[in-house]
Amino acid sequence: MAAEDLPSEFDVIILGTGLCESVVAAACSRVGQRVLHLDRQSYYASNWASFTFNGLLTWIQEQQAESQPDEVQDWSGQVEEGEDLIYLSQSDSSSISNLQVFCYTSEEDEEDDTPNTTEEEKGGGASEATEAADSNKEDEEETEKQEAEEQVAQDEGAEPEADQPCPSADPNQSEPVKKKKISLAQLVKEGRRFNIDLVSKLMYSRGSLVDLLIKSNVSRYAEFKNVSRILTYRQGKVEQVPCSRADVFASRQLSVIEKRKLMRFLTSCVEETEDQQAYNGRPYLEFLSDQQLGENLQHFLLYSIAMATEDTPTEVGLASTRHFLRCLGRYGNTPFLFPVYGLGEIPQCFCRMCAVFGGIYCLRHSVRCLLVDKDTNRCKAVIDSRGQRISCNHFVVEEGYVDAERKQTATPTRCVSRAVLITDGSVLPSDSDQQVSMVTIPPVEAELPSVRMVELCSSTMTCMPGTYLVHLTCQSVGSAYEDLSPLVTRMFHTTESSDQEERPSVLWCLYFNMVDGSGLEVEGHDLPSNMYLCSGPDGALGHDHTIKQAELIFQKILPEEDFCPPAPNPEDIIYDGENGNGNSAEGEELKDDELKDDEEPKEQEEELKEQEEEKEEEQGLESEKGQGLETEE
Amino acid sequence: MHGRVKIKSTAQQEEEKRKEREKKLKIYVAARDACFSKRKDGVWDDEALQLTQQLLSSNPDFATLWNYRREILMHLETVKDEDEVQKIYEAELFFLESCLKVNPKSYGSWHHRGWVSARLPRPDWARELSLCDRCLSLDDRNFHCWDYRRMVVKMSGVPVDKELEFTDRLIGSNFSNYSSWHYRSTLLPLLHPESPEPPSPSREPPQSSPPPSPQTHSHRVCEEQLLKEYELVQNAFFTDPNDQSAWFYYRWLLGRAEREEMISCVYVSRDEERVAVAFSRPVNAQSVGLLLVLDGQPQRVEWRSVHPRFKHSPVWICDLPPGTISDITNEHNLTVHWTEKPTHRDCALYTGRNESWCRDSATDQELFRSELSVEKTSVLQSELQSCNQLQELEPLNKWCLLTIILLMRALDPLGYEKETLAHFQTLKEVDSMRSAYYSDLCSKFMIENTILKMEYAEVRVFSISDKNLTTLCHLDQLLLVTHINLSSNQLQRLPPQFAMLQCLEVLEADNNSIESLEGVYHLPKLEEILLRNNKISTLADLQPLASCPKLKRLDLRGNPITQTSSIESQLAELLPSVTELLL
Repeated sequence: MAAEDLPSEFDVIILGTGLCESVVAAACSRVGQRVLHLDRQSYYASNWASFTFNGLLTWIQEQQAESQPDEVQDWSGQVEEGEDLIYLSQSDSSSISNLQVFCYTSEEDEEDDTPNTTEEEKGGGASEATEAADSNKEDEEETEKQEAEEQVAQDEGAEPEADQPCPSADPNQSEPVKKKKISLAQLVKEGRRFNIDLVSKLMYSRGSLVDLLIKSNVSRYAEFKNVSRILTYRQGKVEQVPCSRADVFASRQLSVIEKRKLMRFLTSCVEETEDQQAYNGRPYLEFLSDQQLGENLQHFLLYSIAMATEDTPTEVGLASTRHFLRCLGRYGNTPFLFPVYGLGEIPQCFCRMCAVFGGIYCLRHSVRCLLVDKDTNRCKAVIDSRGQRISCNHFVVEEGYVDAERKQTATPTRCVSRAVLITDGSVLPSDSDQQVSMVTIPPVEAELPSVRMVELCSSTMTCMPGTYLVHLTCQSVGSAYEDLSPLVTRMFHTTESSDQEERPSVLWCLYFNMVDGSGLEVEGHDLPSNMYLCSGPDGALGHDHTIKQAELIFQKILPEEDFCPPAPNPEDIIYDGENGNGNSAEGEELKDDELKDDEEPKEQEEELKEQEEEKEEEQGLESEKGQGLETEE
Repeated sequence: MHGRVKIKSTAQQEEEKRKEREKKLKIYVAARDACFSKRKDGVWDDEALQLTQQLLSSNPDFATLWNYRREILMHLETVKDEDEVQKIYEAELFFLESCLKVNPKSYGSWHHRGWVSARLPRPDWARELSLCDRCLSLDDRNFHCWDYRRMVVKMSGVPVDKELEFTDRLIGSNFSNYSSWHYRSTLLPLLHPESPEPPSPSREPPQSSPPPSPQTHSHRVCEEQLLKEYELVQNAFFTDPNDQSAWFYYRWLLGRAEREEMISCVYVSRDEERVAVAFSRPVNAQSVGLLLVLDGQPQRVEWRSVHPRFKHSPVWICDLPPGTISDITNEHNLTVHWTEKPTHRDCALYTGRNESWCRDSATDQELFRSELSVEKTSVLQSELQSCNQLQELEPLNKWCLLTIILLMRALDPLGYEKETLAHFQTLKEVDSMRSAYYSDLCSKFMIENTILKMEYAEVRVFSISDKNLTTLCHLDQLLLVTHINLSSNQLQRLPPQFAMLQCLEVLEADNNSIESLEGVYHLPKLEEILLRNNKISTLADLQPLASCPKLKRLDLRGNPITQTSSIESQLAELLPSVTELLL
């Protein structure tokens, strides 16, 4: 452990490196506040993080491990007169639950075996489940629901509660073609090519996150790709949703009359009319069906463009339709952007901005307790995990660090169900195998929620070539497995699905629930007045909730200051001799970045590697930015 | 507040930038002068290449420097071996690419690239094509790039079907780009030409003259492909009916026929000893090799157009030598040969007849449908149906309305006359900026319809009163008309083309706004002109009438000119033949 002590005084101490905390950190640091930014984890971005495949396996292990209660240390020695102690919670595993892992590919590389020999090889942990699936094969559609339920029962019983990625049935058994599945060993070997997000969101091209990235110049730290198409799942089939002018023109599933009606509707709903107001409070679906659009268009407009449900009121549906349309065409034919290397990049970019302007970073470093002035109810200082007392004017913290009794949250706790799939093909193959697709899926069964699916290709640098990374997200009804596995079974080929169609195979998948950050109330917490709670990721597609929250917190801390004004160009910054080396080094770093930004998105493998290395360098530099103060084990 | 990052002030930045600019300018001017003096001295060395490269990379539109560069390169070609030349030119292409990044629309850079590509010993056309593709993906309307691409395609012999796929791709990504549509229209006839008609006796045109088919099939596309194109273009205009690219392409698809060139009418008049010939398109009779044979004897005659304003005209006249046909008891056979084509037309003037003509009884198709191709009626009908569907959804879309009008005309101009007029009315309202254009177009269609009716009735009277005409056209079709009634329209002039009405005896044009009578010129048979309530205001306006020898009756009531003092005597002097003058 580096024994160097931190400075004993800061303007703002921020605990947790999620998006909200990171934005607040960048905003404060940018206007000259001395910021100390801590995270008890060894990685950035808390529940917003992206992991390599191996990193994710480690994270899974950590989640499954019993969190040992910290021995409560007595910090009363550090308490001065008139101060109270508030202890922070030392484990944050409560935000993740119902974690389940399934592996549908073989563990090791297979030798050149022929399908004939497979019977013998069959075996392993999930074989029972496989057999169950096989025996059900004939029953098809009618029994699919029961089957799924049966599966759940099976899994709960037979699955050893999914500790490790488990060996599965031989894939060749159900797939007599030569195409060889990528084995688990290969996934692990190529694990560094994955950047698997815990949260699945997209950036609206005119959303508050994009606006902030541009306004603050933080965008220069990252690269983005357009989501290249919007898909939907309807009547058992994946279809492309025509949303831009070019899509509508090219669409083969719409008649020319439908094309005209759709374009007309999209043009007309940009402006609010009295006609629309008459539907306020009534379902959007009703409004749509009164426009005589036909079933096709109604489906596209309701589920894919407004991303609404059947009960969504008209004004909400129209507002989100408008937002969708406003975002179209700014960067491409869909309204969405996705950061190359995954969403976990975004909080890191803000951290980087904070560090450039002098913020200090320590990972694996937490705060044990707060010292609160009894009279003013203000947090005067914190005691960090090394027992150092550090005073501060403001304390910003991710809600996971705060005991449940002290905060106001919506009850019952809202959760998001998540599934992460590594597959070997796209749900809608097209000319290009490098599509980034957003798929809107209405409830496939009556009890189930509607699901949002994002399918990422390897050029987003989130998965290895030859695979796709699929994120499924919905508001939880039951556990993630209960909510999402019926859909996975239908849309993909797993050992559980009755397979006769050409569907992409799932190689590996993970289910978990995460607490929905939008459940945190704005007011009413039992906390010191200069302490601010940041919520974790919410269930919505965009980032508006988080960015708004960050701006609010910033305004409470510094009501007079501008929120994330544009960062100056590196050549315009004046460096004085005194604080020379630290800052000037960062200036150079900025320049490096700019050069990097100029490069075109890589396509060739060689270049890919280069960039990966670059990325590692960056991360290396970033820890230096913490001026060697980051604790190391 | 402490710790804030210090930033240079705007003034500081400005000053720095100014100095930077000054420095740059100095270097630039020095390099330019060096180049000029080197060129003057005829120096073609590597240093000159370097210098021009520096200058051109900051200003690629400096044509003189490109020229100098080409001089140097041509010189190098003579002193280096092929591999070296290849290298030099490859470097040149690389340099040009950087210039295009700075300014993708520089004339100089693109021209030079074309020049280099053509001289490159071993050109890599695939690379050039991909460069064009990249460029067009950034700006699909960069016509420099389109031009260059055409050259690359030509030089490298890219197959037409690949090019058609290329337009598929471009149209798919942006169907508002007319460049892609237009390019497509040049490719289709090459790739899917209309299959040549089988020489079956029933369809083969009779060898006798004149050939009946007014159509040629030069730019036509086969039916099967056409149907696909209709579908494609419909997708575009249903998606965005306000985008004109698709509509223009659609118009091209619907109409590609050209009228065949031929002599459409020969007219001979015994009284005037004159022959008039009408052609299917304006020609210059003096240079196309017209030969007049009378009773087996080639005649030396002088062809003149109906009005001195026309060098090209669809109607030409000539006077026969005096006395050749004046004897009414003689029968004469007349043949006009168009030696250039070659084609000819005969005409017989029988005993006891004062005049005679020979022409085809024109049908509507032959006369006016050439604007739209003679597709199968069923195809046009279904196109009209889809346009009507669109019009139902978009009742005020001008492109749709206009296309419907054209389709209706192609299908049944008389049957759809009422609908056509109603659509024109809507068009004038929704697109008032172009209302005059629509009025003229509507006039044209009304005249066509009236000509058709006249043809069916087989009369020589052309009556089109009270139809809101704003312009006159197709006057070559009225060569034989003796009586024309244009009353109660909005005509402002009788244009020079009016002189084609060589047989006209009575002209009725009351209640218009006519100011000019330029076309009432040398009409040999004209006897009566009715011009009540027009805008004839000066004696000069009436000057052309003096050339009509038989004019007897002139009605000018309700014209400003009647207010002029002593107008009567001036008119008597100008038009001595007029015996009945109404003022």
